[in-house]
Amino acid sequence: MKRILTTPVASEDIADLTVGDVVYLTGTLVTCRDVGHRRLIELGQALPVSLRGNAIFHAGPIVAQDGDGWRMVSVGPTTSMRMERFERQFIAETGVKVIVGKGGMGSETAAGCREGHALHCVFPGGCAVLAATQVEAIERVEWLDLGMPEALWVCRVREFGPLIVSIDTKGNNLFEINQAMFDARKARAVAAISGEVRFIT
Amino acid sequence: MTTAQHAATAKAPARGLPIEKDEAARVLTDLMAKFTGYVGKHLPQDVLDKLAELRARETQPLSRVVYDAMFDNLEKADRLDRPCCQDTGALQFFVTAGACFPLLGELKAILGDALRQATKEAPLRHNAVETFVEQNTGTNTGTGIPWVDWEIVPGDDTCTIEVYMAGGGCSLPGAARVLMPAEGYEGVTRFVFDVITSYGVNACPPLLVGVGVSTSVETAAILSKRAILRPIGTRHPDPRAARMEVLLEKGLNEVGIGPQGLSGTCSVMGVHIEASARHPSTIGVAVSVGCWSHRRGTIRIQPDLSYEVLSHKGVRL
Repeated sequence: MKRILTTPVASEDIADLTVGDVVYLTGTLVTCRDVGHRRLIELGQALPVSLRGNAIFHAGPIVAQDGDGWRMVSVGPTTSMRMERFERQFIAETGVKVIVGKGGMGSETAAGCREGHALHCVFPGGCAVLAATQVEAIERVEWLDLGMPEALWVCRVREFGPLIVSIDTKGNNLFEINQAMFDARKARAVAAISGEVRFIT
Repeated sequence: MTTAQHAATAKAPARGLPIEKDEAARVLTDLMAKFTGYVGKHLPQDVLDKLAELRARETQPLSRVVYDAMFDNLEKADRLDRPCCQDTGALQFFVTAGACFPLLGELKAILGDALRQATKEAPLRHNAVETFVEQNTGTNTGTGIPWVDWEIVPGDDTCTIEVYMAGGGCSLPGAARVLMPAEGYEGVTRFVFDVITSYGVNACPPLLVGVGVSTSVETAAILSKRAILRPIGTRHPDPRAARMEVLLEKGLNEVGIGPQGLSGTCSVMGVHIEASARHPSTIGVAVSVGCWSHRRGTIRIQPDLSYEVLSHKGVRL
């Protein structure tokens, strides 16, 4: 059965979730990536949209003008790790509950998720049309001066996912667990190959 | 000016342009705009085949969820005629042009115009930010974008163009270093693994890994990019290089990065090596990666502007 989170999300709604769980999101999802984070955290500019209990999407979409409004054409996740230096403080300042992106995030974000009872989730990267078809409407856009990818697109989504929990509210980090496994296997593989590529003799 | 005069001024061989040069430029611009848009919406056949194989081999339930989403996405992109990934890249064109191709002198301008047209028609995401000015041009063109890489073939009158559309995510792991010869090909191996098991995890695996082995960073880097333009599964003609491709591929798959780095049966779609002769004192090594959504398209254009798409099946532009 599909586990669906609906915004506004409360701490108790996501307390039982653990890394590797698959969930879907219904409600408000706002795209926010590099410059959006930089403006709030480094430049001290207030975000023009409330994120309390809501979700952000590390994504820069392709949108099309549709009469007076906008239509989502293609919107997939971008590399979350680029926001690592801002995210802990971002969670604390905004009260955001669900951060959606691609790839893992680091120990600072994990600490932020633990302190702020928030999740980081992976939407499968490169699946931008799948994601766009789950956006019911673009409700508004803010900071359009940043250009199409960096603007804050306020979206209403329905059963947006699959979202794979990569950092849970206890601060467990799926990518950190995987990394230790990858590094151990890497050492074995490099040693084995090195014995076979001694071409300089 | 007549076609015959054009052929004479362009020093084209018997098969010259059938129409006025300006009109021909418009035709080629339109063709390249449509092809660029197409490449953003459909993966080439070799990539589709490899992804289907990796999907069938995947055993981890979570990773199977991801493969299902990937194929669902490709089907939707095709049906809705939309870019399959929102990041349609800072466009690169790798041109192999005959010195006698009749529009050789116009081609660079044509590719820029085609990109501006595709940006509106496809549409493509606005991905050209002028550096220092730090403003998005909104047209996908700017200083050095599209990036055009040239190889000129003497005596030939056709033109083969590789359109390459890489998202930022799979450009991020790109790295190059110059090793001391004592580090040998063992050092090359370590460098490739270090890059792929760190930055590669977040670059939308399963990845296509390109390795350049040469003298310096920039020569190794361009070779590494050319390596991922090769059709998946082709092997380097040198038996040692081909063997190393297989070893790296097998070794990286044993790491089990899985789709989206969530761990799984495989890590890569393939490993390709391109190499040049090198200075005896250095080993330049570079890695470029293509994400699973490896949007590469190859089109061969005849001097009469008829064309053939080599990378995708059943294309009508």
